[in-house]
Amino acid sequence: MGILEVKDVNKRFGGLQALGNVNLSVVENSCHAIIGPNGAGKSTLLNCLVGKLIPDTGSVMFDGQSVLGRKPYEINQMGISRVFQTPEIFGDLSVLENMMIPIFAKRDGAFRMHAVEHTENEKEIVDQAEHMLDSLNMADKRHFHSASMSRGDKRRLEIGMCLAQNPRLLLLDEPTAGMARADTNNTIDLLKQIKDERDITIAIIEHDMHVVFSLAERITVLAQGTPLVEDTPDKIKGHPKVREAYLGETA
Amino acid sequence: MDAIILQILNGLDKGSAYALIALGLTLIFGTLGVVNFAHGALFMIGAFCAVTLSKILTLSFETVDETRTDFLGNPLKVKTPYVEAWFGPETGGMLIDWAVPLAILFSIPIMIGIGFIMERGLIKHFYKRPHADQILVTFGLAIVLQEVIKYFYGANPIPTPAPDALTGSFDFGVLLGFDPNAVIYPYWRLVYFVFAAIVIGAVFAFLQFTTFGMVVRAGMADRETVGLLGINIDRRFTIMFGIAAAVAGLAGVMYAPINSPNYHMGMDFLVLSFVVVVVGGMGSLPGAVLAGFLLGVLESFASMNEIKSIIPGIDQIIIYLVAIIILLTRPRGLMGRKGVMED
Amino acid sequence: MLGLNKKDTTLLIIVAALTLLAPFILNPFPADSALAQFNAGYPDLMQRFVIFGIFAIGFNILFGLTGYLSFGHAAFLGVGSYSAVWMFKLLSMNVIPAIILSVIVAGLFALLIGFISLRRSGIYFSILTLAFAQMSFNLAYSVLTPITNGETGLQLTLNDPRILGVSATADGSIPVTNLFGIEMRGTYEMVAGPWSFQFNTGYYLCAIIMLLAFYLAVRIFRSPFGMMLRAIKSNNTRMSYTGLNARPYALAAFVISGMYAGLAGGLMASMDPLAGAERMQWTASGEVVLMTILGGAGTLIGPVLGAGFIKYFENIFSKINDNVLHSWFSFMPDGLEDAMVALVYPFIGKGWHLTLGILFMLVVIFLPGGLVEGGQRIMRAFKRRKPDETSSETTTEPAE
Repeated sequence: MGILEVKDVNKRFGGLQALGNVNLSVVENSCHAIIGPNGAGKSTLLNCLVGKLIPDTGSVMFDGQSVLGRKPYEINQMGISRVFQTPEIFGDLSVLENMMIPIFAKRDGAFRMHAVEHTENEKEIVDQAEHMLDSLNMADKRHFHSASMSRGDKRRLEIGMCLAQNPRLLLLDEPTAGMARADTNNTIDLLKQIKDERDITIAIIEHDMHVVFSLAERITVLAQGTPLVEDTPDKIKGHPKVREAYLGETA
Repeated sequence: MDAIILQILNGLDKGSAYALIALGLTLIFGTLGVVNFAHGALFMIGAFCAVTLSKILTLSFETVDETRTDFLGNPLKVKTPYVEAWFGPETGGMLIDWAVPLAILFSIPIMIGIGFIMERGLIKHFYKRPHADQILVTFGLAIVLQEVIKYFYGANPIPTPAPDALTGSFDFGVLLGFDPNAVIYPYWRLVYFVFAAIVIGAVFAFLQFTTFGMVVRAGMADRETVGLLGINIDRRFTIMFGIAAAVAGLAGVMYAPINSPNYHMGMDFLVLSFVVVVVGGMGSLPGAVLAGFLLGVLESFASMNEIKSIIPGIDQIIIYLVAIIILLTRPRGLMGRKGVMED
Repeated sequence: MLGLNKKDTTLLIIVAALTLLAPFILNPFPADSALAQFNAGYPDLMQRFVIFGIFAIGFNILFGLTGYLSFGHAAFLGVGSYSAVWMFKLLSMNVIPAIILSVIVAGLFALLIGFISLRRSGIYFSILTLAFAQMSFNLAYSVLTPITNGETGLQLTLNDPRILGVSATADGSIPVTNLFGIEMRGTYEMVAGPWSFQFNTGYYLCAIIMLLAFYLAVRIFRSPFGMMLRAIKSNNTRMSYTGLNARPYALAAFVISGMYAGLAGGLMASMDPLAGAERMQWTASGEVVLMTILGGAGTLIGPVLGAGFIKYFENIFSKINDNVLHSWFSFMPDGLEDAMVALVYPFIGKGWHLTLGILFMLVVIFLPGGLVEGGQRIMRAFKRRKPDETSSETTTEPAE
């Protein structure tokens, strides 16, 4: 039994079968990659996991509980954090404030009316946020206007914001898309470090094979909305079906 | 039955005005993606085009008629409009009488011009700004436009009658076999409705059957793709803005005899037109027309005494109530595409 | 001090000093001098400054922090006014119960409207609030006449019960509003040489309440709640994927700002006990939007500045007529003088709204941060030119 169990999920958009009988099991504390050519349904699948889309049929269970029909914020409160393809951060806020918000959300839940105490007096939250920024090597940037940072830094901050909540499952949607090689390598290092240091399950959608083979312990190949094969990275590399459907294009 | 027909007819003229304004609003929104709070002001300026033309036509010179005296015994001063002096009293009087319909021709170039200036001078710079900024700047523009009109024309409504031949009413009920006097309908309202139908038909035909219209419709569906095809969409959008302004202006010109134009009539209509656009679906042209007539007729029904005695005050709020219900249950409106302006 | 950091405390002290010394500051010119027309230290005008200040501070909590643009906030102000006048009619002429009721009623009304309107965002939210406000306005004019007295507006009469007070005073007139016996209209006039300063009880009550309202707004801005509201404006997607439910946050902000509007309405009625539907019209909602944007949305001091700015110039500009203009330009040759007067005339007197509209457009186009941003730009240019000069300007403190 994995921490995330996707069973017989189907999703149609009009005449297009975006997902057809997807079954997926992500083992706790592993790193599981989902790869596939463009239009294979990777993003649709991800959106079904976080409550943005509701599948037509099938079930998605996280730690024994169904996530279907729940709002994104409820699913996050269950312990699933998501990193977006384009970094989604609070651009108008400072880096430190960006980091404090998920910690507040973790401590106080989806809504709490704490309108009179001064934010600066929330010592434990500020300390945690500063600590997190330290571990990301971003402490010197904590008063930066976050929208003005480089894309790599934004990505770093976003991952940090997700980790600050100590999620049990971290979903990454093409975390290195559009990044320069150096930034990509930094992000890989960061993710490796996270994997080593924490008890965390990571599910990653990625195009870049370099990223996938550096991180993943298991890989699911998705083609035309259906899982083609699931195996370890070594076996995937040599799998004829995969070569034909996917790697063949790039090899 | 006759009461129902009467209410439908009564709703049609207001509905026509809503439909025309909403059509322009949604055209601007659909093509340019701009929320134009100054659109009501364009309607108002249209109405003042009618006022202006009738003022120009009645410009007079004074002559002293020695043969007659006023009540103080002084020689009587007689005012003669220039047009009567130039074209003779017959034709001149006719021109003055038909000032409002003539103002249609007068207003089209003016409105298109105003539309061009607005788009090139102001709106253009707001395509990339948030919708809130667009609302705010056009709201400011609406204030400026109405204050300018107020400065030149004063704060009081200016009666601008329809031509004499069209001022009466006719017994519509008799045509349908009802009792005489059951369904009395003023000629001008019928004219307004027919006029609105023609303008709406013309806009649709223009969008449907011309290359220009095709490009604009494509632009409404997907702006970037059309841009990539190398078609100068921006220039066409400017023209579209001019057309939308002209439609609003025409609606105003013809509305002048129904309600004497005043400087804040645009604001009053703007709120309702926005409601109409939202009910019809942001960016949907047929939706705007449908919702305009629908809400006009609905409002007219709600103001029937029979209905008001059951739900007091319903006539005042019906349109807003419908809009709120539609927005909450069907955010894209009656005929809107999914996802327009939703987050 | 007071749970604020040093900068905010300084700001609060400056605002307090400005409001409490307003009778002096706003009357800098001797009463019989030619410049006396620029004086603004009259009780009713000063009351309007602070009351609209409260209204704008409240509006800014919603618009400045969350970015939700409401075009219906005047409805809450109107509801507050009606509630207060009813309290004067039924209970007593003491302003405290009236103000409390107006805040509560406006809050409940805002809860209802906000709950429905916040199901949509962006322009749809604006139109929903607009629709609700117009609905309230139309109803106040028509069927709700028993409560609102329709077009005439709700006024006090000699027949009102006033169970804790008197229906009529000993000399047979309507009693005046008071705070435990201190009359709101009471004014002490201080004459110092050619100057005269007026100290009005009503103004000081409003001013103190505004300071409290301002202090509360500072606390909200600096609280985690305020940070969440800014987060909504900044990135709603990240908000929900961070496990936060944006809607109750936005609703809370909506209700708080509705209560501020109700407070302003209640104070308005306390200064002059009547209430009319025109206070609820959407153009009145537009006015508070203008104030907030003009001053600087999302900043602490901006809305207060904007409200003061608009109300001051509304009053001053409206008073200038062509005679005044002629006297200004009288140093010029005759022809030029007339031309100048003709040029300026459309923008003054009754043309004040034209000036306001133009000003507002200019601000939205060139200075989205309002007067506060303008002040900051000037400060920065000033500092750059004289880098070694330390300036302690704090009135232009941004939200973050």
